[in-house]
Amino acid sequence: MSDPSQPNLLEVEDLWVRFPTRSGVFDAVRGISFSLGKERLGIVGESGSGKSMTGRAILRLIRKPGRVEAKRISLEGRDLMPLSEKEMRAVRGYQISMIMQDPKFSLNPVLKVGQQIMEAYQVHTKGSNAEARQKTLDMLEAVAIRDPERVFNAYPHEMSGGMGQRVMIAMMMIPDPKILIADEPTSALDVSVQTQVLDIMDKLVRERGMGLIFISHDLNLVASFCDRVLIMYGGRIVEVCDADKLHEAKHPYTRGLLNSLPQLDKPCDKLEVLKRDPAWRDEPSVSGVL
Amino acid sequence: MSGIILKDLDVWFGQGANRVDAVKNANFAVPLGESFGLVGESGSGKSTILRAITGLAETWSGTIIIDGKTLGHKRDSEFYKTVQMVFQDPYASLHPRHTVDQVLSETLSLHGFDDIENRIDKLLLDVGLGPSFRFRYPHQLSGGQRQRVAIARALAPEPRILLLDEPTSALDVSVQAEILNLLTDLRAQRGLTFLMVSHDLSVVSHMCSRMAVMQNGYIVEILSVEDMRGQNASHPYTRHLLASSLGFTSSEAAQ
Repeated sequence: MSDPSQPNLLEVEDLWVRFPTRSGVFDAVRGISFSLGKERLGIVGESGSGKSMTGRAILRLIRKPGRVEAKRISLEGRDLMPLSEKEMRAVRGYQISMIMQDPKFSLNPVLKVGQQIMEAYQVHTKGSNAEARQKTLDMLEAVAIRDPERVFNAYPHEMSGGMGQRVMIAMMMIPDPKILIADEPTSALDVSVQTQVLDIMDKLVRERGMGLIFISHDLNLVASFCDRVLIMYGGRIVEVCDADKLHEAKHPYTRGLLNSLPQLDKPCDKLEVLKRDPAWRDEPSVSGVL
Repeated sequence: MSGIILKDLDVWFGQGANRVDAVKNANFAVPLGESFGLVGESGSGKSTILRAITGLAETWSGTIIIDGKTLGHKRDSEFYKTVQMVFQDPYASLHPRHTVDQVLSETLSLHGFDDIENRIDKLLLDVGLGPSFRFRYPHQLSGGQRQRVAIARALAPEPRILLLDEPTSALDVSVQAEILNLLTDLRAQRGLTFLMVSHDLSVVSHMCSRMAVMQNGYIVEILSVEDMRGQNASHPYTRHLLASSLGFTSSEAAQ
């Protein structure tokens, strides 16, 4: 999928996310570097590994007193670090957008779905209302919503979880961003709905030539959905591998995670329990730059 | 000897036009010592069956027989000495202002035990925590440790049947492995009967020897774990669940 002759969409160099606490500074992300081409890049790890913080740091969505530090976060060659808050707002949504975990908490409960999607379009393009409305209906259709007119006029509480997540995707895709960051987009959904939502994202990413950062704790899902995977532990990248070779991963942490999963086709009496080695936290971060 | 027998169980919520039939005509039997799974998507009625057995869902009809005794709509303390439940979310099922000691001693005194001191220490050891956890509050525990406390509380009255409602879905995979191993060990040591609900086919297949697949309140198929592993499901919905659980395949690649 990734083509080395193409320049990278996003390059992150030495990213740190720090939170000052009463007992010193806590580093949630500790000096990671990676690049993203026109590919599906997975970031996996357990809770507290820093994977969500990495996604948020790219868009500078870390709440104070948290701090983002990096040598460089460049989007198509333009460094985002020196940008002002106002300039960042033009990047968010328009060039890089993010799908959050739970549609219930990410949609405005008192606005109709259609209005919210139209707003996402009109903030970044000076389109007329009629044009925005048409675009919205087209986009709802693109995310496999059967009756776009009805959903356009629905409130978020009138939709199921899977529909809400598709609305979120429509909202994030309508400004036609170059990069989509999806933070556990399907973990609140049932397996069959999950497949549908992934299918839509997969198609949109391929047809529009976007870069996708897919953050998840589900190793099997990432292995089957992404092109390349970064495995994070304690705020660092411990291993980088091609997604289809995830099951041949070498780092003891990745191996431990894989072995602790019960498998349908391989019965066993006892599951392997991950033994954490304190040295993993102190190993230097592996570079995810291509 | 059957541990759990359900005959023509219907469970509903609300009445009149608002009536929702959550479980329709459920029939199955779990022999003592077996581990039985209920799988299905959200809203399929799998947790509702557990809630009807424990008495948390009061509007039901049909027959529930536990350990040879037919249940009425009221549960006595004898019932809770036989059946205990472990809930899905260990962050919500423990009282935030009760210490582990309070949680366990309350359960033990409710069930009329007198050597509470020794029993608490023993329970904590059994679930792999040790006495140092005894005076902690839930916020001082990790998710896996909380679920261990919830399991200790369920074991306190020395039940023979444990109802497990998605016991690991709120946990990381490495912690999930620890909790599943703990449950396997406890079942072997104490000869427990499990009725386990999960949306994760591989977890249920690891823990259970037979399972019922539920969709829209109906049990569509009951099959053995060998059939599940061998992909020998006869109902299309089960086959669909099996295919979805094997990971993502692009719809274009599938065509």
